[in-house]
Amino acid sequence: MTNHWRDIRHADVILINGANPAEAHPVGFQWMMRAKVDRGAKMIHADPRFTRTSAVSDKYLRIRTGTDVAYFGGLINYMLQNSLYHKEYVEFATNAAFVVKENFSFNDGMFNGFDPQRKVYDTASWAYEVGPDGFAVLDINHPRSVLNLLRQHYSRYTPEMVERITGIPKDEFLAVAKIVGETGKPDKVMTIVYAVGLTHHTTGVQLIRSGALLQLLLGNMGRPGGGMNAERGHANIQGNTDHAISWDILPGYLRIPAPGQKSIDDYVARSAAKKLHANSLNFFGANYRKFLVSMLKGWYGDAATAANDFAFHHLPKPASDSSWLSIFDAALRGKMEGIMLSGMTATSIGPDSNQVLQALSNLKWLCVMDSYATTSSEFWHAPGVDPAKVQTEVLMLPATHWIEKDGSFTNSGRWAQWKEQVLPPEGEARHDHWILAETFQRVRDLYKEQGGKFPDPVLQLVMPYKDARKPELDEIAQEINGKDLPTGKRLASFALLKDDGTTTAGDWIYTGHYPESGNLAKRRDGVQDPAKNDPTGMGFYPNWAWSWPANRRVLYNRASADPAGKPWDPKRPGIQWDAAGARWTGDVPDYPVNANPADPASPLPFIMTGEGMGRLFSNGVADGPFPEHYEPVESPVDNPLHPKVSGTPVAFHYDERAGRGNRYGTAREFPYVATSYRLTEHEHYVTQHVEQLVQLQPEAFVEVPYELAQEKGIKTGDTVRVSSKRGKLEVRAVVTKRLGPLTIDGKKVYQIGIPIHWGFVGINSGQHWLANALTPFVGDASARTPEFKAFLVNIEKL
Amino acid sequence: MELTRREVIQGAAGAAAVSPLGFDLTVAKQVKLRLRIEGATVSHSICPYCAVGCALLAYTKKEADGKVKLLQIEGDPDSPVNEGRLCPKGATALQLAVSRRRVEAPMYREPGAAEWKRVSWDFALDKLARNIKASRDRTFVTTDADGNVVNRCEGIAFAGGAAFSSEEGYLATKLMRGLGLVFLEQQARV
Repeated sequence: MTNHWRDIRHADVILINGANPAEAHPVGFQWMMRAKVDRGAKMIHADPRFTRTSAVSDKYLRIRTGTDVAYFGGLINYMLQNSLYHKEYVEFATNAAFVVKENFSFNDGMFNGFDPQRKVYDTASWAYEVGPDGFAVLDINHPRSVLNLLRQHYSRYTPEMVERITGIPKDEFLAVAKIVGETGKPDKVMTIVYAVGLTHHTTGVQLIRSGALLQLLLGNMGRPGGGMNAERGHANIQGNTDHAISWDILPGYLRIPAPGQKSIDDYVARSAAKKLHANSLNFFGANYRKFLVSMLKGWYGDAATAANDFAFHHLPKPASDSSWLSIFDAALRGKMEGIMLSGMTATSIGPDSNQVLQALSNLKWLCVMDSYATTSSEFWHAPGVDPAKVQTEVLMLPATHWIEKDGSFTNSGRWAQWKEQVLPPEGEARHDHWILAETFQRVRDLYKEQGGKFPDPVLQLVMPYKDARKPELDEIAQEINGKDLPTGKRLASFALLKDDGTTTAGDWIYTGHYPESGNLAKRRDGVQDPAKNDPTGMGFYPNWAWSWPANRRVLYNRASADPAGKPWDPKRPGIQWDAAGARWTGDVPDYPVNANPADPASPLPFIMTGEGMGRLFSNGVADGPFPEHYEPVESPVDNPLHPKVSGTPVAFHYDERAGRGNRYGTAREFPYVATSYRLTEHEHYVTQHVEQLVQLQPEAFVEVPYELAQEKGIKTGDTVRVSSKRGKLEVRAVVTKRLGPLTIDGKKVYQIGIPIHWGFVGINSGQHWLANALTPFVGDASARTPEFKAFLVNIEKL
Repeated sequence: MELTRREVIQGAAGAAAVSPLGFDLTVAKQVKLRLRIEGATVSHSICPYCAVGCALLAYTKKEADGKVKLLQIEGDPDSPVNEGRLCPKGATALQLAVSRRRVEAPMYREPGAAEWKRVSWDFALDKLARNIKASRDRTFVTTDADGNVVNRCEGIAFAGGAAFSSEEGYLATKLMRGLGLVFLEQQARV
């Protein structure tokens, strides 16, 4: 989230896409209801299903899954055509005036820079004109200004086109566009709330970017009650994304080095953003080297010296994408020997569970660390699997869970909240970090005894804990924060980090969460005393826990005030310039605290980008500098915008590339669109071990639209077979009018709803069907996030 | 009038409420409330499910045999995130915390075997360490085909972390990168 849960209460309009917060994040949803009840906010929900979120929304739009780029594109077009965008904000805080190079083109669904051999774009071909001063050329009236190219690009997204693609009737779309357009006024603000219903598509990154573009145009980024707010689905998914359990990054969103980068200088030159405007602070780009060197110094200690480029070559450099799908693709190709799974089950989480089961069978070994049995620990005797044929060695290590250890969870709003150890470990269970530390020490001992391939990083990694086999989480929290090496004192800010090897920081965005005064994530000054604990009255509660970066509660908050430093809406200030005190006050400013806005040399508002501005045009994505609607890989229709380039041309098709058989279905065999989701009473798969929750929601089912059920003679409670090209479910049907037919480009299209929670492990083990047996093994062009939310199925009554 | 939980507990001790049936329920109420959390230690936790980050209060008591018993989990009224509220999952978190369904001991399944074998931690961690070393040595690439120094292990993957603490996740990243792993993933994509 750019903002945080409580902040949503400040919104005038709440636009919800790809999410069902009333059921999936019920307690967070209270802040949307507060906005509605307390200030009359309008709630708009676009979703394939009419859910409990829809039930309390002012407008519900039934949308075809996977088409939100067209919906957002229609809204963007409407704002531009009707001049409803926040003009002063757009000029002050976005790259609207930047002039794009002449080579830019977009024809029949293809941007310039496509390499047909490798099926990728050269993203460097999407660039700005550069002037003699080395900075980008600015001219908002230029035919190739970002704003004019944006107008041109989205002019195709008329209300009629939106209807053809999404199924949302033109009149309903226009009624919503009118409400959304109201928030282009300086004293109005809209929040966009989304979840994995937007990310789980081959166009996932562009779906989010579409929303961000709309928010920039309406002047809603950086403001209380505004922003792009991802509702994340696991207790600490945010914290461990920040700490980079992800192939492509190092802690604090530094890029993983790539082959061919010979030195840190080389790495920084290719990874960090370049300053593109004289007044751009380019804070991230300018300090990239300090953050990397401080991390390496923490990891490799005395073995990281200026002479060896701080052990830069101890860091692995991946050959290619190494994300989730790539792991199982490598296993299917026989290239993967072993997998460690910690609190995560590969089999259920998919996609294409049958193919995942095959991948697990190809491994030499699998190690599952979990509190409960999972469909991965038990995969070798799954229904239909003959254990004698599975040669994988499997270890199941009982791990403690959240309540048996301390440590912090970072929520969706970036608040790192410390929790206490409540119970001792149950039975023989051990902490995950003790299992990992002990295993690492044993591997290190083996390298000491036997030698082996490039042992240096294994032998030299610093384990600065009282007991290297049993580190305390408090010790690790201090390590993450980092310190000044000459004095040994913990640092209070990442601004103090250096690139000469005299500071450490495990994750620079957390530097300052554990200064000398103590662990700030433990702070508890909350709503027990609002007058004292919420001095601005804006709900920041600065002394409740700690939020990254720098305890800032709303990201990009410089954009909450006008160029002179006055809040766009004085009733809902983020930060403001206090001329008398010569400083910014309010939230922790996302800006130099003493930078006077009257100074012509004062930095531009978005201090983290090279442009100094929010990016309406960006080359940071693999599939286009502007979001474009592409059909899901399995779709019932050809793309009405450009039927010859129907799906994204840069999705990576693993099965095809590896020479495996085609696993995609067509609308002829599988005529219905399906989407998958969670229910309130379950969280993925672990809750299959929780008796009360299994009682509340005991049995797998699919939701079938009433009209389709009529056609097929299906009644609620009947057993149906839902099949895709990859697998099937045989479960009960719930017939409902919450789903219904859509008219897509003149064709009647039904959508079927599939809750994800069941498998062959749990209290109700008869419910063994895996929802992800149906989903396709393909992901987003940039992020490789699988397309769980839009695929084709057939349904038959059994 | 809104009553906090504390006020209700305090109030129950004083007020003499007579029910429509004519019984004085005060004593019964008192006993019930006492049974639940009297003398318990209150700890602060965070809900283990979604990422709203609801703050929890956990009540525990040391039993006569020295074991710590978890009595109750409820929403923390002081939290600016949840103000004491919980959803059905958070409200039943006690059943996730304390369960007979937990895996009791390290288990090992040999290639082709039809059953688990209970093993010691020493056996399990020795096995895991040896597997990691062997796979790392077999699949480690120091220099790629173009002559670039890459120092990567291509044959091992680590996935997980959305359910454990940030500090554990940081350690996992550090150790796995230290081993040279490139295949690293958690629940952000799936």
